[in-house]
Amino acid sequence: MSAPPNALPRPAQELARLEQAWEPPQGWRLLSAVNNTYIGLFYIGAALLFLVLGGILALLMRTQLAVPENDLVDYDLYNQLFTMHGSVMMFLFAVPVIEAIAILLLPAMLGARDLPFPRLSAYAFWAYFVGGIVFFGTIFFDVAPDGGWFMYPPLTSYEHSPGLRADFWLLGIGFIEISAIAGAIEIVVGILRTRAPGMTLDKMPVYVWAMLVVGGMIIFAFPPVILATALLELERAFHWPFFLAERGGDPLLWQHLFWLFGHPDVYIIFLPGAGLVSMIVATMARTPLVGYEWVVLALVATGFISFALWVHHMFATGMPHLTTSFFSAASMAVAIPTGIQVFAWLATLRRGQVQKATPTWFVLGFFGTFVLGGLTGVMLAVAPYDWQVHDSYFVVAHLHYVLIGGMVFPVFAAIYYWAPFVSGKPLSERMGKWACALMFIGLNLAFFPMHIVGLSGMPRRVWTYSDTLGWEQWNMLSSVGAFVLAAGFGVAFLDLLLHLRPKGKVDSNPWDAGTLEWLPLDNYGVRSIPHVTSRDPLWDRPQLREEVERGEHFLPGTLTGDRETLVTSAIDARPQYVLRLPGPSWLPLLAGLGTAAFFLFLTVKSLVASALGGVIALVSIFMWLWQSEPAPSARLYDVGGGIKLPDHMTGSRSHSWWAMVVLLLVDATIFSCLVFAYCYFWTVSAAWPPPPFGFPDVTATVACIASWTVSATVLFLAHRAFGRSAPRVPLIVPIALGTAFAWIAFVLAFRALAQTDVRPDQHAYGAVLYTLLSWQGLHVVLLTLMGGYTIARAIAGRASAMRRNAFDNTRLMWYYAAVQSALGCLVVHAPRMM
Amino acid sequence: MSEMRLPSALHAAPGSGAELLSELGLVLYCGAGIIFIVVVALALHATFAKPSPAGTRAWIVGGGIVFPLLTLFLLLNYTLAVGSAVAALESGTALQLLLDCFGIDAQKRIPPPSPGTMRVHVIGKQWWWEVRYEIVRGDTSTAVLANELHLPVGEPVELLLTTTDVIHSFWVPSLAGKVDMIPGRTNRLILRANTPGLYRGQCAEYCGGQHALMALYVKSQPRREFETWLQRQARSVTRPDDAFLLAGYEAFFKGTCPDCHTVRGTPATGKSGPDLTHVGSRYSLAAGTLRNHVGTMAGWIAGAQDIKPGNAMPDSEIYTGRELRALAAWLGSLE
Repeated sequence: MSAPPNALPRPAQELARLEQAWEPPQGWRLLSAVNNTYIGLFYIGAALLFLVLGGILALLMRTQLAVPENDLVDYDLYNQLFTMHGSVMMFLFAVPVIEAIAILLLPAMLGARDLPFPRLSAYAFWAYFVGGIVFFGTIFFDVAPDGGWFMYPPLTSYEHSPGLRADFWLLGIGFIEISAIAGAIEIVVGILRTRAPGMTLDKMPVYVWAMLVVGGMIIFAFPPVILATALLELERAFHWPFFLAERGGDPLLWQHLFWLFGHPDVYIIFLPGAGLVSMIVATMARTPLVGYEWVVLALVATGFISFALWVHHMFATGMPHLTTSFFSAASMAVAIPTGIQVFAWLATLRRGQVQKATPTWFVLGFFGTFVLGGLTGVMLAVAPYDWQVHDSYFVVAHLHYVLIGGMVFPVFAAIYYWAPFVSGKPLSERMGKWACALMFIGLNLAFFPMHIVGLSGMPRRVWTYSDTLGWEQWNMLSSVGAFVLAAGFGVAFLDLLLHLRPKGKVDSNPWDAGTLEWLPLDNYGVRSIPHVTSRDPLWDRPQLREEVERGEHFLPGTLTGDRETLVTSAIDARPQYVLRLPGPSWLPLLAGLGTAAFFLFLTVKSLVASALGGVIALVSIFMWLWQSEPAPSARLYDVGGGIKLPDHMTGSRSHSWWAMVVLLLVDATIFSCLVFAYCYFWTVSAAWPPPPFGFPDVTATVACIASWTVSATVLFLAHRAFGRSAPRVPLIVPIALGTAFAWIAFVLAFRALAQTDVRPDQHAYGAVLYTLLSWQGLHVVLLTLMGGYTIARAIAGRASAMRRNAFDNTRLMWYYAAVQSALGCLVVHAPRMM
Repeated sequence: MSEMRLPSALHAAPGSGAELLSELGLVLYCGAGIIFIVVVALALHATFAKPSPAGTRAWIVGGGIVFPLLTLFLLLNYTLAVGSAVAALESGTALQLLLDCFGIDAQKRIPPPSPGTMRVHVIGKQWWWEVRYEIVRGDTSTAVLANELHLPVGEPVELLLTTTDVIHSFWVPSLAGKVDMIPGRTNRLILRANTPGLYRGQCAEYCGGQHALMALYVKSQPRREFETWLQRQARSVTRPDDAFLLAGYEAFFKGTCPDCHTVRGTPATGKSGPDLTHVGSRYSLAAGTLRNHVGTMAGWIAGAQDIKPGNAMPDSEIYTGRELRALAAWLGSLE
């Protein structure tokens, strides 16, 4: 075995300096903490709070439905209850909790001290938490959304849902989606760039693979629903008819966009659960996961296939037979990668001596429920069968088996499994067993009868039912089961309250696991970042714990005095530079509050308060960015093993460049969905443009594209010149010029449209054209802000040839915006060529 | 009227599309049951039995790939065949397939029904169903009713499903799978039942406030009986001779009833509410909320908002007790 990279003894002050750099803020200042161990716990706590709140709504519904013709709640409240239950569980519990667990666990699993953008995680958390609480609070003021969690128009449009209820959903959920994307960027860049040296892609723990796939899925799955919510809000606020059939819109467009998000979302929720199970199974059986490569391949395959399934939510819309056949086959195909994982877990359990403890019981509970949910899922994939059970209680049963079985059970297995990682010792074995048993019995009792009552004709989302239909005994069973399930959650939460005491310093590996998160940890993470040579380093190198704790591995202290972690290359994890991380700050909290205030006050149409929130958010974000990219040092730092690294990098090696690219992928996906909407309207219409409308002026369009070309070229020239001369001139002048040309381009595009007789509120054609234009305008505003920020940095002397990430990111956005705007102009004219 | 059968996809009417689907369901339940038991047994065995090197990748290949591939391949072929049998198979080219993926052409390709097929338009509304029989091809105004439709036993009937407000979904579990009613589109569904019976259906797509109280009844009856019924539905009504019924008739016009309701043969031509020309013949009131008799009729007129809050019918508070009884009696007489 090779010797560890750093020699003993370590310098006397090294540990003290490391501790000082990572000193957490005390008392109420804890709210300004940004490192993942704190944000991760806040985040999980908030998500579990929403699980409880969403659960209470469910219990109210089950009480109402326990007996026929009950009048505990009226139809109006009931409709709010099920809408909020679905929305809270999907958007405020399920997606956040999987991101929260990742934020808590990933750095330790990767051997990193923190994620690469601690303040971004903090911002994502605060925006979500504050926004989520206000969103939930609407139920107490009788303004909670009541259109169902998938909000089908035209029911949710202005005519059939006047008032604020639907707006709370659209704006509230809209920005929680933004928070989810912020989390995904953090997770993807963290996984790709902050792994311990030597942890090549094929040595990553399976859970990390799952989160990498899920991060990628969020990046492509959330944009469709972000666009859809924006379009529906435009329709509600300004009567732009995207989904109104009488003015050229189509309600099915919403369903396509929503399920293009909604179905991948199911796997965004399930795959992390599967990843957690893979980790727990291997440890509890004390043997490496059988078929690691197969499982990884299955995760990736699921990610891809999940984007080709969405139409199976629309089998009853009168789809042609061929369509349903295709999506039926694709929906069945996803059972194969899931089957691979299930049999990999079974084989692993078979190979090893399984530890009989609470995580194992939850994993068995997962098998006993998730497999049933998967099998009913195959039934739903059978289109003709789906015609019967779609939108009935059968579907309610199926989705709860899949989500509670496939995600909540693994999450609770994980809570029991990783509790010692947080507090140094396991939770109560006795209470864990009770919680698991009650949850398993409750889940089956509550949801199994729903299959039968659904087949007996009971549609979902009904606030009452008649006693003449033979549904009452099944409903009573379900209601009893719901309370048993709730009791199971209650026991688990009680256990957490009584026994979970998070500690800064933890040295515990009670299950004898093989992965890095079980190394001794403190506020700074690991004492030194291990050199990884296998998939289960703790099993394969028993002395690693002591080596790491003594500081014999990489980066055993702080080199710059700041918080730091190692940035490594994406595929083979070779050390590249020392990343200086920001410490505690109130700015993410302020920015999160400002963002939440912006959206929520916008919803209730308090424009002044909304603008104030927006300004607070913008100023906070600018201030936090201003502190990023500290002045690079010219020297190289010795991190151990003879490796000397800079504390900074620019261009495509920089972690910030990667984050920017991911963000642009999100942006491009939103734009693609908008282009899809345009083409969709084009194909559903008999004539395009729909008479009496015409195309926008070609000359103006060409001039607009030319202006964008000039704008982007100027930035490109600045990029070439940058570094050769003093930084101020080649930055300030070209950016100012580029901004001017971007505005000229936008004005040209606007005029091209304004000169026609097309208006956004007459027809879907005008609505989508003006939305394309608005999207271009939004990017011009964004470029103005980013350009102004870059100029400010140049004036303040915070830009140089070595310190140019702000400029490079602005430049990337510039190229992207130019290409996108040109494509946006061109696609409008595409039908001319047909 | 015959007694209603419990709505259930598990007890389908003979000869209906639902019958095929319930057979398909049996195959699915048995297959899923066996797989579930095997997997759970394997999980328990793997956890509690002595460790064994037998747990290898062969499990993954066998259980996770070969078995599901074979099973799903067979299942897909079988279910596609069932699907074709349930709905008439539509042909298409490869390009068509691509367009079809987005359901684009669905509404343009409603082929003319085979000659002699009864065609019925069902229009979803918040929260009731308008039913229009096309007795003469192209004319949908002669037999208009609500929340109820009748079929001749053993004959396919073509339903054209539309909506005038939000999305609804037409679902009579004992007869057929559900089909959505979507603004801007017309969907088609073929219903058939080989035995006489009364079947209940309910809106399956959440459509706002009283989605739960939007049911309808489908009655299949022998051909002769059906024809008699349909001819009666097409008839207009005349001013009643009986003094009590006449009082009811006059009460109808004293209130705001005619603003929303049509009674063919009278000056009442309102369009937004159900056509009441033969309301007395119907099995239910308020879209399956109440059984239809004089008592419930009077109750509904006086307290529509109490019985089905949020629906478009106001409580009528202008009537004396006698007027209300007379009005209910007159409406009940409209068979």
